[in-house]
Formats: sequence, C-alpha cells, structure tokens
Amino acid sequence: MTRYIIRRILQLIPVILGISIVTFLMMALVPGDPVVLMLGQHISPQTVENVRHGLGLDQPMLTRYIQYMWNALHGDFGRSYIQHQAVSQMLLDKIPVTFRLTVVAMVIAVTFGVLIGILSAVKQYSFWDTFATFFAMTGVSVPTFWLGMMLQLLFGVILHILPVSGTGGEGFHLQNYILPGLALGYASMAMYVRLTRSSMLEVIRQDYIRTARAKGLSGRIVIFKHAMKNALIPVATQAGMDFAGLMGGAILTETIFSLPGIGSMLFNAISRRDYPVVQGVTLFLALVFVVINLLVDISYAVLDPRIRYD
Amino acid sequence: MPTNTDTSEIKELYQTSSPLHDMWVRLKRNKLALFGLFLVTALVVIAVFAGFIAPYDPVQISLKESLKSPSSAHLMGTDVLGRDIFSRIIYGTRASLIIGVVATSISLAIGVVVGAIAGYYGGWIDSIIMRITDIFFAFPFFLLAIAIMTFLGPSFINVFVALGIVGWTNYARLVRGQVISVKESDYIEAAHAVGAKDFRIILKHVLPNTLAPIIVFTTMNIGGVILSEAGLSFLGIGVQPPAPSWGLMLSEASNFIFNAPWMVIWPGVAIFLTVLGYNLLGDGLRDALDPRMKQ
Repeated sequence: MTRYIIRRILQLIPVILGISIVTFLMMALVPGDPVVLMLGQHISPQTVENVRHGLGLDQPMLTRYIQYMWNALHGDFGRSYIQHQAVSQMLLDKIPVTFRLTVVAMVIAVTFGVLIGILSAVKQYSFWDTFATFFAMTGVSVPTFWLGMMLQLLFGVILHILPVSGTGGEGFHLQNYILPGLALGYASMAMYVRLTRSSMLEVIRQDYIRTARAKGLSGRIVIFKHAMKNALIPVATQAGMDFAGLMGGAILTETIFSLPGIGSMLFNAISRRDYPVVQGVTLFLALVFVVINLLVDISYAVLDPRIRYD
Repeated sequence: MPTNTDTSEIKELYQTSSPLHDMWVRLKRNKLALFGLFLVTALVVIAVFAGFIAPYDPVQISLKESLKSPSSAHLMGTDVLGRDIFSRIIYGTRASLIIGVVATSISLAIGVVVGAIAGYYGGWIDSIIMRITDIFFAFPFFLLAIAIMTFLGPSFINVFVALGIVGWTNYARLVRGQVISVKESDYIEAAHAVGAKDFRIILKHVLPNTLAPIIVFTTMNIGGVILSEAGLSFLGIGVQPPAPSWGLMLSEASNFIFNAPWMVIWPGVAIFLTVLGYNLLGDGLRDALDPRMKQ
C-alpha cells in the first residue's frame, strides 16, 4: 500500500511540471505586449522598458519559466493587471463562495442521483427505469448556464420562494445557493443516476445478495444495507473526481447567479484581458484537480480491500 | 449450377449476418435512439435548407422591431436589435453542426493516430504519450478550452482549434486500449507472419476492430462539443457577433431574462434538443453495436 501511494505521488511530478509549462506558455504566447496591457497605451517607451526589466520580461524564456515555477511553489501566482493585487490573495478571498456552491451542488447531485439510480435498478425495465434513462440523458444535454437562467425565470417571475441572485450578504445563506447548486449539479446528478443504476444492477445479481434474500430479510434491508454498500464504491470515486470538475463548471453558474467566486473572477478576468488572473486561476484549478484525483485514488485503494496494486 | 433463387437466398443470408444490418435491426427497436436519430436528421436538414426555412435575414437589424414578443410576424419574437429570433435559430444550426463535426474530426484524427501508435508500439513511446494525456486530463475540459480560447483570441476558427485540441486525449486513450486488446490476436500474428508492414497492419487489421466504441464516442462527443461551443460563445470568447450562434444569442439575452424571456428560452431549447439528439443516438448505437456492453 505505501509503495502504491509513493508511486502514485511520484507519477504526479511530470504531470505538475506539464501543467506549469502549459500555463506558463499561455502567458508567454499572449498576443500583444503585457506591459502595454498593464499600463495602457499612453506610456513613454522608457517607462515600458523599465517596467519590462523590473518584471524580468527581458530575460530568456527558460529563466522566466524557472522564476515562474519558483514563485508558484511559494504561493505567488502573479499580480492582476487591473486590480494590482496578488492573484493568490484574490483566490483566497473567492474560494469560500465557490466551495459552498460546489458542496451544495454535490449534495444535491449525489442524493437525488443515487436515489433515482437505485429506484431505476430495482425496478429494471419499468416505466421508472425508462424515465430515469431519459432524465439522465437530459442532464448531459442541457447547457448549465441556460438551466440557471430558466430557474431564475421560474423562481423570479412565478414562484418567488428562493432568491435568484447574489450570496445574501456575509456568511453562508443556504437559500441563495440552492438554485445555482441545482443548475450546476444537474448534469452530475444525471451521471450518478446512470452510475448507480449499472453498479446496483451488477451487485444485486451476486450470490451474497441472494443469500441475504434467502435468509428472509426484507427487500428494503437487502437493498439499502447489503447491496448499497458495494454499489456505492464507484459512485464515491466518481464523486471525488467530480468535485474538481464542478469547481471548473462553476464559471458559468457563478456568472449567471452573480456569485462572487473563483468562476466569476475568471469570467471578469477573461473579459478584461487580465491574463495573470486567467493564468493563476487555471493553474490553481488544475492543481486542485490533480490533488483531489490523487486523494480519490488513495482512498479508493484504502477503502476497497479487493483491489491490490502491486 | 446455381439458379436465380439460390443467389438471392445466399444474398439474404449474407445480408442478415452483416454487422451493419444487425446494428440497424437492434437500433430500430430502441425508441429513444430513433428519436435521437430523428433529431439529428432534422437538424442536418434544417442546416442545409436554412435559406428556405428562415423567414428573415438572421443578421438584418431593424431597431423599430426591437424586443417584440412572439407573434405571427415573428414566431419567437425579436431581440434587442430587432432581429428575428426564429431565423437566427434556424441559421444557428449551421454554426453548431459545423463546429460539432469539425472540432470532433480534429480530435478524432489526432487521437486515433497517437493512440494507435502508443498502443501498437508500447514501451517508451507509449509511456511518453500517456504522460502527455495525463497532463491534458489534469485540466477540467471546459477550463482548458477557456484558457486556450483566451490566448488564441475569439473567432469561429479558433473554436474548432481549441475544442479539437482539448478533445483528442479521450480518443487517444480509447484507441490505445482497443489496440492493446486486439494486438495479441491470432489474426494480427498471421498478418505479421505473411510479412505485412506495421502501417498496413494498423490501418487494415487493428483499427477496423476498434471502430464500434469510436463511433459511439464520436456521436456523443459531437453533442459535448456543441455544449462547449455554447458555453464559450456565452462567455464572449467563442463565435463573434453578428453570427447567429445559439450560445452567443443566450449571451446577448442574459440582460433581458425578465423583460424578454423569449430571447432566452428558444436558443436554449435548440441547444438542448440538438445535444439530446446526439446523446440518445450515441447511447442507442452503443447498445446496438455491441450488445455485450448493454447493462
């Protein structure tokens, strides 16, 4: 086990190097002069030259890359052109909102996804099963941001029971996160329906389930106590990986619902051509993604003793 | 000497055992898949005949018609510049179809070549290629597309490039896995024995046997690409105005959700039905091409 974990961590090194090269090149290949973008057009060539030197932009590529890596390793993700603030500080300010949104989306997606998935597996080929399949297909076909707008329309004009934008002030106000969470989580929910269904179908055909039934246990106990435990292993793995994916998907949802998280920060940076912020957010999310995947793999190995890795 | 009846019987026998025919027979039984096929076909027909179907010029601005609600003159209403939304949606099928097909073809071409090389040769070539795909997989799909678009600059062509580049890794992994699984078969060994060259073996013997999962994945990938294009255009870094793209229409509509809901509803319905069509068809093809894959 320890050997597996060490090997898995070592495998990350080339991936993280690759990520840093990709994000560095993005910045290096930006069309236009970064100094001009930063200071505006009406600056004397002498100032431009000074700033360029100050930022180390007159250095060769390789030197700049090593500097970039070094800074990133120390938590320095560059500075915003527009807000003249450290990107890492901006990220720290925005993380709570994105984290709350992602958690709410995740809870909605897993709860409903698993329940519908189980229902559809237990009543295979029934009306509910076909409905669940169709439901799952709508989930992967509907644009998240459009779903968000439709929810705003429905709740803003007709239902008026949940707020349709903003965070509702300081702290965590659950009601403000329900609609965005639903919009963001819907596609994942559909995926959990399919995953739970196929995993459940596989498990309930196994011998130990037949034994449990033969002992005279009620159907409900067999399903929720015996079958679900094993059927949910792939769901748990997927949920871990999905978490980071949802953070990436939050870009559109946060923009629609005016939530000031990492997603809207990225959106604003894109529309204002604030490249260091785009670069910083991309690097940060990719790193989160990689670390979460690592944790999922390790916990998977720990949780399921049937899996042997060496 | 064979008579006429004999040949027709042989023909019938041959036809019923052809994999393509079997697939069609199985696909026909699946109502959801047929609905998907219908949606996709309808989309292609609309894209081809957009000029005949659309009642107005999709980019014609007419400010005195601004923000009109749906009526017999404008079936789905008009947008803020007075353009007919129905016509823009009809023409929008072209943008989404072209982007879906071209971007997917780019991913497919790169992915199949790279995946086949990795799977067939193995060893260090395989290791390097797989590490590269690992790096691509380290980015959430949409985020990487956004990053590439930001730095390439927004344009129609760049949407192909960005989505094409982001998507190839899936194909590479899929093809690699398939190639590894057929590479050890007897018929490949036989091809080696008769002295066939590597390139010929990959092209003629290995790839045809990896076709089924590739077809399924491609169908669903087109849907995914169309969704991503809508997202990119919505963020303002995809297709540029005044082109009629559904994502762009939604972006322009986002400030009018409550004043002009028709601007928001219809482009979304169009995206949804299109992507749903590809997904249902892809899902049906999966069951039809390989019954063993069905749960």
